[in-house]
Amino acid sequence: MAATAPADVPAIAKKWKDKRGSLIMALHDLQGRYGYVPRDAALELGKLMGVPLARIYEVTTFYNFFKLEAPGKHIISVCMGTACYLKGAPELVARLSEKLGIKAGETTPDKQFHLQQVRCIGCCGLAPVVTVNEKVLAKVKPAEIVDQVYACAKGA
Amino acid sequence: MTTVKAIINGLPVEVPEGTTILEAAKQVSVKIPALCKHPDLHPTAACGICIVRIKATGRTLRACCTPLEHGMEVITHDPEIVAVRRGIVELMMSKHPNECLTCARNQNCELQTMCADFNIEKSDLDSIVPDLPLDESTKAVSLDPRKCISCGRCIQVCQEMQNVWALCFMERGIETRIAPAGDISLAESPCVKCGQCSAHCPTGAITEYDEAPTVWQKLMDPELHCVVQIAPAVRVAIGEAFGFPVGTNLTGKLYAALRRMGFKAVFDTNFGADLTILEEAHEFVERFAHGKSELPLITSCCPAWVDFMEKYHADMIPHFSTCKSPHEMVGALAKTYYAQQAKIDPQRIFMVSIMPCTAKKFEIQRSEDMRSSGYQDVDVSITTRELARMIKQAGIDLRSIPEEQPDHMLGAYSGAGTIFGTTGGVMEAALRTAYKLVTGANPPRPDFTVTRGLKGVKEGRIEIAGKEVRIAVAHGLGNVESVLERVRAAKQKGETPPWHFIEVMACPGGCVGGGGQPYGATDELRVKRAQGLYQEDTAGLWRCSHDNPYIQKVYADFLGHPLSEKAHHLLHTHYIPRPVYQR
Amino acid sequence: MPKFTPAELDAHRAKLAAAPRKRAIIKVGLNTCGDAAGALPVYQAAKEALQASGLDAQLVRTGCAGMCGLEPLVEVQVGSDPAVMYGRVNAEAMREIVAQHVGQGKAVDAYRVPSIADMCCEPPTPGKQYRIVLRNCGVIDPESLDDYIARDGYQALKQVLTQMTPEQVIAELEASGLRGRGGAGFPTFLKWKITRASRPGEQKYIICNGDEGDPGAYMDRSVLEGDPHSVIEGMIIGGWVIGASKGIFYIRAEYPLAVERIEKAIRQARAAGLLGSNILGSGFDFDLEVRLGAGAFVCGEETALMASIEGKRGTPWPRPPYPAQKGLWGQPSMINNVETFANIPPIILRGGAWFGAIGIGRSKGTKVFAVTGKVKVSGLVEIPMGTTLRQVVEGICGGTPSGKPVKAVQTGGPSGGLIPASLLDTPISYEELAKLGSIMGSGGMIVMDETDNTVELSRFYLDFSVDESCGKCAPCRIGGTQMLRVIDRVLAGKGTKQDIATIKRIALTMQRGSLCALGQTTPNPVLSSLKYFEHEWNERLVASK
Ligand SMILES: Cc1cc2nc3c(=O)[nH]c(=O)nc-3n(C[C@H](O)[C@H](O)[C@H](O)COP(=O)(O)O)c2cc1C
Ligand code: SF4
Ligand code: SF4
Ligand code: SF4
Ligand code: SF4
Ligand code: SF4
Ligand code: SF4
Ligand code: SF4
Ligand code: SF4
Ligand code: FES
Ligand code: FES
Ligand code: FES
Repeated sequence: MAATAPADVPAIAKKWKDKRGSLIMALHDLQGRYGYVPRDAALELGKLMGVPLARIYEVTTFYNFFKLEAPGKHIISVCMGTACYLKGAPELVARLSEKLGIKAGETTPDKQFHLQQVRCIGCCGLAPVVTVNEKVLAKVKPAEIVDQVYACAKGA
Repeated sequence: MTTVKAIINGLPVEVPEGTTILEAAKQVSVKIPALCKHPDLHPTAACGICIVRIKATGRTLRACCTPLEHGMEVITHDPEIVAVRRGIVELMMSKHPNECLTCARNQNCELQTMCADFNIEKSDLDSIVPDLPLDESTKAVSLDPRKCISCGRCIQVCQEMQNVWALCFMERGIETRIAPAGDISLAESPCVKCGQCSAHCPTGAITEYDEAPTVWQKLMDPELHCVVQIAPAVRVAIGEAFGFPVGTNLTGKLYAALRRMGFKAVFDTNFGADLTILEEAHEFVERFAHGKSELPLITSCCPAWVDFMEKYHADMIPHFSTCKSPHEMVGALAKTYYAQQAKIDPQRIFMVSIMPCTAKKFEIQRSEDMRSSGYQDVDVSITTRELARMIKQAGIDLRSIPEEQPDHMLGAYSGAGTIFGTTGGVMEAALRTAYKLVTGANPPRPDFTVTRGLKGVKEGRIEIAGKEVRIAVAHGLGNVESVLERVRAAKQKGETPPWHFIEVMACPGGCVGGGGQPYGATDELRVKRAQGLYQEDTAGLWRCSHDNPYIQKVYADFLGHPLSEKAHHLLHTHYIPRPVYQR
Repeated sequence: MPKFTPAELDAHRAKLAAAPRKRAIIKVGLNTCGDAAGALPVYQAAKEALQASGLDAQLVRTGCAGMCGLEPLVEVQVGSDPAVMYGRVNAEAMREIVAQHVGQGKAVDAYRVPSIADMCCEPPTPGKQYRIVLRNCGVIDPESLDDYIARDGYQALKQVLTQMTPEQVIAELEASGLRGRGGAGFPTFLKWKITRASRPGEQKYIICNGDEGDPGAYMDRSVLEGDPHSVIEGMIIGGWVIGASKGIFYIRAEYPLAVERIEKAIRQARAAGLLGSNILGSGFDFDLEVRLGAGAFVCGEETALMASIEGKRGTPWPRPPYPAQKGLWGQPSMINNVETFANIPPIILRGGAWFGAIGIGRSKGTKVFAVTGKVKVSGLVEIPMGTTLRQVVEGICGGTPSGKPVKAVQTGGPSGGLIPASLLDTPISYEELAKLGSIMGSGGMIVMDETDNTVELSRFYLDFSVDESCGKCAPCRIGGTQMLRVIDRVLAGKGTKQDIATIKRIALTMQRGSLCALGQTTPNPVLSSLKYFEHEWNERLVASK
């Protein structure tokens, strides 16, 4: 098991405990802190918030947003919304997959990159769109995507 | 009560407001197929098999969860509806293993019945059965998630009815699967092995862990002296598997059948129940009349409840009766007292319990205390459902087999022992003996009816020698919380406890509704099964456990007196906190 | 800011109107997408250029002007001249614009694009844009309460609280003919009326559906980011009408800027006494809370959304009971879409009759579409109902970039359907689109040209719906996956006529047997492709024996 000291869990639990039904908000905070929802932290959160572990797993596995394992250092999200799809997003995924040697949803063995597909980030006018960590790349061209991603990762 | 008038398939119906279309249709002899709906549970609306058409809008709605409205015109069957139902069955089959021949639910499966009714002989859909492992870690209930049709019944049972939260849905869409909380094995999860999930599952996705083959194997072993006991609730339920009317008491036939199957001695858990009452009533009177340790006293003969308490409510340990459950008492005595009396090496004795219960499979290895005889006191525990199959395998015609008597040494019982099998029974039985202990005489009327019935929490006040005894009876673990909360609140404030004596049974209806009982239990059935027990109670020779002469004899010959050191060693246990999620 | 009374609100508004104005205003669009297109350096460049030159100009960050394809967008207004819009602006261009336009009053023609005024038309005319929902988007600084108040903000709330009864508000809504913009088009007045009548005196909730899951649609994001107070004002009015003291904004987590702007706007409104206890001195208490989605399209469905707010899996529950009877936490609840709420204040201020006069048939007012795909200018357009698809695609958005003919338009996203070029003269309304086998949906409009294939597009949508199925009910959970398998067989060149029949059989099962609209509508894109482009399927089939 990953050595995750769930040090911030009590504060997160305290913030949300008395707000009815706020499990998802607390999990957002948890993932915001650790980059994913570590098992120990989920256990602790459940105890402190009085939410059964079953409920936490039901929720974390239902919603796409939550990750149960630590993703790579840089998260590359290729938009697969309709606009981006029509404007060549599949080609972008293919290029990145080939270069990084991983499929969408996977992390490189050196834990540097996590490649994922997302649904519409609301910038369809700029399709196809790729985000690297927080940075949005607009109107991306297949020939340039790999270089752009590396540049972003360096800059970070 | 306000009623609504509507039309179903052209026929007028009038039903109380709030009645679902599914229920209302029965009034005009229309059976709408339903798969995910269970009478005990609120509808999950998961399968879609029950769709009907609302004539005015042409829309299809689910009959299981849609209340009939005034003036509604409903069509339950037309070619398109039937095509859709067929389509749903075909889809389900495409994601389900074709394993009826090797499935515990064969011929007893709601999905199989549905498939049979629609008779889909060929389909051009790919088979997309998920590759998920079988979980037999508890050795009590087995989980085969491949066979799950995601009806959601078990989840509702485990989370809402039982408040255990051991099971949950994981993932979503086509990947949706049932799994123990946190995706660990069921044994590591908070599961208390009550088996209610298995009793409510429409398919073979959750079943009892089958030990019948072990029993057959042991019966064939010439070195072994196989003995058996049957629990109270088994006798009034097993008949359902053989077409007897619900609630028929088959005690004598079961004794006969078990002898034919090769058991050398046939005992009865009801004897153990009488013994439990003697011990527990003494415990109660010590606390109640003599102020020794804390009140309320809480019953302990349901292992699922014990497990639940240790996991979620360990602060209640001081209140728990230390009595083992009746079948463990019989097991302990079989390998000591009976072994001595019958001059059999206890090592050769193989004790089989036949229980309405899946938790008992877990209980027999719960702790070192379950080896008080020096051997495992009960070797195997099988459920009513397993016994029914074994009787069929043994070629025994239960309908015509003549009744026999048990081996009385550990087999004779009072009516008090019998009613253990239903909610409130332990309480009622204990009150009879407590009354005697306090007043020196049997209660003028042994029926303490406040303990009876299917209300989730039953409360009552009983007068014994001018003193008021306040009792509470809860069944279904989901009903326990509120009771314990009141106990805790009173404790915290230093007030007198709200009750002196509390009975808890994990299963709705108590053991008559146990997780290992024949399928299809509803409250209607639970009541009838319980009636079977109450009838035996009134018809019996003795109404009170202390009047059972064989109980008196075992004390005289062997145990000394209730709560003696020997009794403590053999008949009592202890508890330790086992907080959940230890991983 | 002090807590306003109605009179103070008016005084404040008058003060804002009287405040001296700078000679020029420069507005830089800084929504998520503007940022993505590089608007931040443009904003910086403007700031530096202004500082260096000492010109008398005000620099404003605004929300979305709607011409996404032309981002970064900058609007410059000098003196009383009409505003000029610039598109595809970079830092260098920005400096040039400051120097030339702001400095010398001469517009820079190289970057000029149509302005908002150029695109719109009063009175509303089919074929031209008309901005009710987007009235403030790209115009005001979304982070400024003053900007909103200066543009009649919270006037409708004031009017409602001081001069109207809930019944009157409902009557105005009825006269307006406003229908829900979240997709289904349920009459808004009726929803408000039913929820108002339900279990009076009990705790009720009003919920804003900002889940916007349709992949390729971002109308709601633009409003939340560009004019957050208009949605908040609509919600407060709704809360007052139905008798709710609590409102919840459910916003998808993929929209962090929208969340930030809404949270900020809520804080501003609270500080100004427009939220919280005793709003505008009326005795009405109402507050708002933001809850995030977590990546599940089905959570746009109202019952699933409520389950999600309750901290559970977002699986729908059967209706009845409807949310108006038993919604969030079992209490009467009302859910409306972002765009629906944004329509409320103008309807109150200008009257239901004004709104009801716009549009055709039972479809009134305007609708915002996010037009993307093969169009010259992709972006947000708000058009009066009754505008034809052709007017939107070929007129407002300029047709395909290649100049090739449009092949089809998809509306309604994964729940909608394809409309072939031959039917582009259909006027846009709930009824007309439904007749063609599509739906209005929430406003996604995808344009395809000849290079696109509808079998592949319908597979794309199906794949989306399968991915997003909550898995609760068998027809949708298994049906979608099986249909996808059959289509893949066809796409692999191994399909037969029999497979087409199987697709239709599964489709019927899903349409009739699924619990919620997600499963019921999942087959739509496939069915519409089969209906209008059957040849594209037949071409792929193995010659039948
Ligand atoms: C699968 C599915 C997704 C939906 N997504 C949204 C959404 O993202 N936004 C929205 O406003 N309504 C969405 N709806 C419609 C809502 O259920 C609901 O009808 C709507 O929010 C009501 O608001 P309105 O009356 O203002 O349209 C969706 C419905 C379904 C079935
Ligand atoms: S669960 Fe039912 S249908 Fe499935 S294999 Fe077992 S008996 Fe057959
Ligand atoms: S029902 Fe059919 S498959 Fe099953 S055992 Fe009989 S013949 Fe074989
Ligand atoms: S046996 Fe009881 S506790 Fe265990 S999973 Fe089943 S219902 Fe839950
Ligand atoms: S295991 Fe059984 S009860 Fe549980 S969801 Fe699956 S089919 Fe239903
Ligand atoms: S009631 Fe339950 S615990 Fe008691 S004897 Fe019967 S089966 Fe055993
Ligand atoms: S109530 Fe009876 S059948 Fe149910 S778990 Fe307890 S002992 Fe077993
Ligand atoms: S939605 Fe379009 S116009 Fe609006 S800010 Fe985004 S890209 Fe610009
Ligand atoms: S139709 Fe699909 S999304 Fe809707 S409840 Fe059923 S499985 Fe879930
Ligand atoms: S489709 Fe890619 S951002 Fe919308
Ligand atoms: S989906 Fe990418 S811009 Fe809308
Ligand atoms: S029985 Fe009604 S949906 Fe399953």
